[in-house]
Amino acid sequence: MMIFHSILFDKDVIQKETAEQPAFFTDLNLDQVIDAITAGKPEYNLKPFFHTPLRDVGTIQYRHEIMRDLEDATLMEHIKIFAEKMIIVRRYLGLAGKLDYHYHEEGWFLEAALVYCEAVTGLAQDLDAADLKSRGLIAFREYVKNYVHSHSFHTLLTETKKVKAGLSSVKYSVIIQIGRFSVRAYEGETDYSVEVEKTFEKFKQGAVKDYQAKLYKGSGMNHIEAQILEFVARLYPERFAALDQFCANHRQFVNETIRVFDREIQFYVSYLEFITDIELKGLAFCYPQVGESREVYDYDGFDIALAHSLLNTEKPVICNDFVLKEPERIIVVSGPNQGGKTTFARTFGQLHYLASLGLPVPGREARLFLFDQIFTHFEREEDISNLRGKLEDDLFRIHSIFTRVTSNSILILNEIFASTTLKDAVFLSKEIMAKVMELDVLCVCVTFMDELSAFSEKTISMVSTVLPENPAMRTFKIIRRPADGLAYALSLAEKHRLTYEQIKERIQS
Amino acid sequence: MKVFLMYPDRDFEPVQKSSPEQRLVPRQKLPGSEPALIQDLELNTLLNAMALKDEFLFEVAKQAILSSLDSQEIIRYRQAILKDCLKHPDIIREIYRIPIQSAENKHNHWMGIFSTNPSGVLSGAREMLEMFVGLLKTLKKLADDHAGEFESQGFRRFFAMIQQELDDEYFAVVERHLKQLKFNSGVLLSAELGAGNEGANYVLRKPNFNNQSWIKRIFASKSPMYSYTLDPRDDGGARVLGDLRDRGLNSVANAVAQSADHIDSFLNALQSELAFYMGCINLSEGLAQLGEPIAFPEVAPAGKRRHSFTGLYDVCLALTMKQKVVGNDVNANDKSLVIITGANQGGKSTFLRSIGLAQLMMQCGMFVPAKSFHANVCASLFTHYKQEEDATMTSGKFDEELNRMSSIVDNLSPNSMVLFNESFAATNEREGSEIARQIVSALLEKRVKVFFVTHQYEFAHSFYDKKMAHAIYLRAERRDDGTRTFKLIEGEPLQTSYGKDLYDRIFG
Repeated sequence: MMIFHSILFDKDVIQKETAEQPAFFTDLNLDQVIDAITAGKPEYNLKPFFHTPLRDVGTIQYRHEIMRDLEDATLMEHIKIFAEKMIIVRRYLGLAGKLDYHYHEEGWFLEAALVYCEAVTGLAQDLDAADLKSRGLIAFREYVKNYVHSHSFHTLLTETKKVKAGLSSVKYSVIIQIGRFSVRAYEGETDYSVEVEKTFEKFKQGAVKDYQAKLYKGSGMNHIEAQILEFVARLYPERFAALDQFCANHRQFVNETIRVFDREIQFYVSYLEFITDIELKGLAFCYPQVGESREVYDYDGFDIALAHSLLNTEKPVICNDFVLKEPERIIVVSGPNQGGKTTFARTFGQLHYLASLGLPVPGREARLFLFDQIFTHFEREEDISNLRGKLEDDLFRIHSIFTRVTSNSILILNEIFASTTLKDAVFLSKEIMAKVMELDVLCVCVTFMDELSAFSEKTISMVSTVLPENPAMRTFKIIRRPADGLAYALSLAEKHRLTYEQIKERIQS
Repeated sequence: MKVFLMYPDRDFEPVQKSSPEQRLVPRQKLPGSEPALIQDLELNTLLNAMALKDEFLFEVAKQAILSSLDSQEIIRYRQAILKDCLKHPDIIREIYRIPIQSAENKHNHWMGIFSTNPSGVLSGAREMLEMFVGLLKTLKKLADDHAGEFESQGFRRFFAMIQQELDDEYFAVVERHLKQLKFNSGVLLSAELGAGNEGANYVLRKPNFNNQSWIKRIFASKSPMYSYTLDPRDDGGARVLGDLRDRGLNSVANAVAQSADHIDSFLNALQSELAFYMGCINLSEGLAQLGEPIAFPEVAPAGKRRHSFTGLYDVCLALTMKQKVVGNDVNANDKSLVIITGANQGGKSTFLRSIGLAQLMMQCGMFVPAKSFHANVCASLFTHYKQEEDATMTSGKFDEELNRMSSIVDNLSPNSMVLFNESFAATNEREGSEIARQIVSALLEKRVKVFFVTHQYEFAHSFYDKKMAHAIYLRAERRDDGTRTFKLIEGEPLQTSYGKDLYDRIFG
């Protein structure tokens, strides 16, 4: 039997799953995103996959290939059908384990095997018909093909069908009297309700109410039904003996590799389902180049958590670009409040994190950095338990970051030192900025201090903007532009097509 | 089995009587002109005379009158049935009592299918069926006794159907079922093994031995059988056995309940369809008391222009005054435009109303209030009457009139008929006349028949001067001494409406 490792990893060293969510998740609202992605699929326990960023470009490539294959709607549909059947298999097996009556338990075990055979043969056929490009799915297809042609699977399949056919052709009669019932073979008696219907058919006027009671029947069996089943088994002893034999022969019929695939493929399925809804809002996702270059960019990126929360509203999601060229490392975001600065900073972090999972990211086109760690510093509520003042707490937390950060990390600083005097804040911020620059780390720094934006050749300045016609109205657009406190004046200039860029365009060379 | 007394080939479904308190819910959508027609033609007076305080008769009559027929064939079909009804009012009342009796029985004995579990549904439905069978026997007896006295195609078919479908043999079969459905000796179910070996597809079976002792025969047979007797203290087991029985009875209970529903709706249909004729009988008796004549109209197709009658009177005026009123004789055959001018209080509005009422009555198959009446059917009928000042002050009076006209135009089709009563007079005569002229000219071009009561001399005369062949001008008659006859005569529109007469009478 050939070996298939994993649909998530190209190498046989499989990265350990991380149960705990990374520290920066809540700051970037990634906790909401992962909750939404995995909602409705708790049985797969998918979160650990989403908590484990990759450090290997090859594996990211491996996942991109699989993701692109799965963008084919037909293949996706087939994988979902397979998954639904596997869910049923597990449900039936779980049910069988809890039942009291022998033939009842064996009956559900047989159902599970039936659905399992259907799921696997269906998957093999569907993969065979699919035009696969990814190494992962091609290798898995090979594995499944071998498996369905194996002797053990073939035996399982034929025996399952035979035993089921024997049982489902059983037809018996139950005679119910008061306090007593009898079971015997069915002897061709006619359907009485059909006869009643026929008698009164002539009065038929129009549609009438349906009086069929919705007799809910859970999958339980009480002693009366068990007794009936036992009588039926006595009427048809060979068929029930075959069932006993089947169960003894196939105690563990679910293949381990298939089982693992069924879980792991949901990593892709759940994410694709999640972004499909967002794409319907007219927002783009792309496969980023991921690597060691710090010349990162993303066009028409957006906050994926915000986009998800606005799904059922009319509100538009604003897209923003960023581009860093050597030697630029630090994006300083300033400008009017409520203008989308924090959202922009989150987006930067989200994009990098999602890219590190080997997933498509918000944006039309992107190149992103393969980081070792992400650190975020967002303003916190004052916490009485740590006995520190707010400024002190800020400094304490930043210090803690600097003890761990490397030049391969990503740093998101949101409104540092907002709780002290401007003079203090500028001083402290400049100190921190110097350290950041020294580290040569990629950083987004959201601040109300214009002073930080033109710090050095490593910093670029981006500002939130207002509508020229109505400066009170925010556009949530973050634009690369010097922060000179003149956002309003610039807006007016824009209205008259007199910005720097505009004048350049207007004057023909 | 279909009643088919309103249409030769389909049901008449005027009102829904689903709720126990017999709330009346209109089912058919009435033409958009309904509120205007009811108000302008004083329809409620007519409907009250038909209903004699019976809410159901009122609703049915209203629906029948407002959902006009445009098929001459169906109109004649109903006319023939109505003639039979007027000849045998007592038999009709007796048949009508059958569905009424059914409703009363249900009400008095709390009969109905109220349960949701199959045993309950079955017993409720079986009880109803038993009651229905009794009533159907009464219906059959009436058919046997009187079928020969009826001449209309509708009644002949109806009685023949009753006699054929409800013969003695059929009643015997039904009664046997009603006995068996009690399941005194037990139930026989078939079942299969579903998923997890759980019993599935429970079906109630008819024992192969077709008599009451089937159970003994089964137990005496040689095929293997296993039996289990519940411990008398096993309440849970007894309940489960009951559930199983219900599972088996589910579809037969449904079949019985639906059968009961079908018979119920047959009786309801009978009630609805007869209700219309009951209303007509009531009205004819009321008019006979006043000594007013009625006539079955001669119906011409929609494409023709026919309107000739003698003694056409306003039935609502007669009913309100409780006395004979003045009738009119007019021959407006081949006319598309009838302009009525003349004296105030001279009977113009009354005349216009009598035209509208006769048209509606004719087009639902009724007799009309006249000595003789001949008219073409119209595709739809609209009234455009001058109205009281708009109380809501949202739009001016003239604006309001034009607005109403516009919604009429939205719904107009060729061969419709529009009755105008002093329309477009809420402005100065010049403008009003011009607008009216333009509207009417356009309507005529679109083959719409127009009756127009007006004081607007300019408007009336503009048509008169054109000497159009298909227009006719009627005038409320005024004797030289100023008294009115309330009769209309043919004549050129006059410039004065003799308002001075009125003024003099009131102020003089």
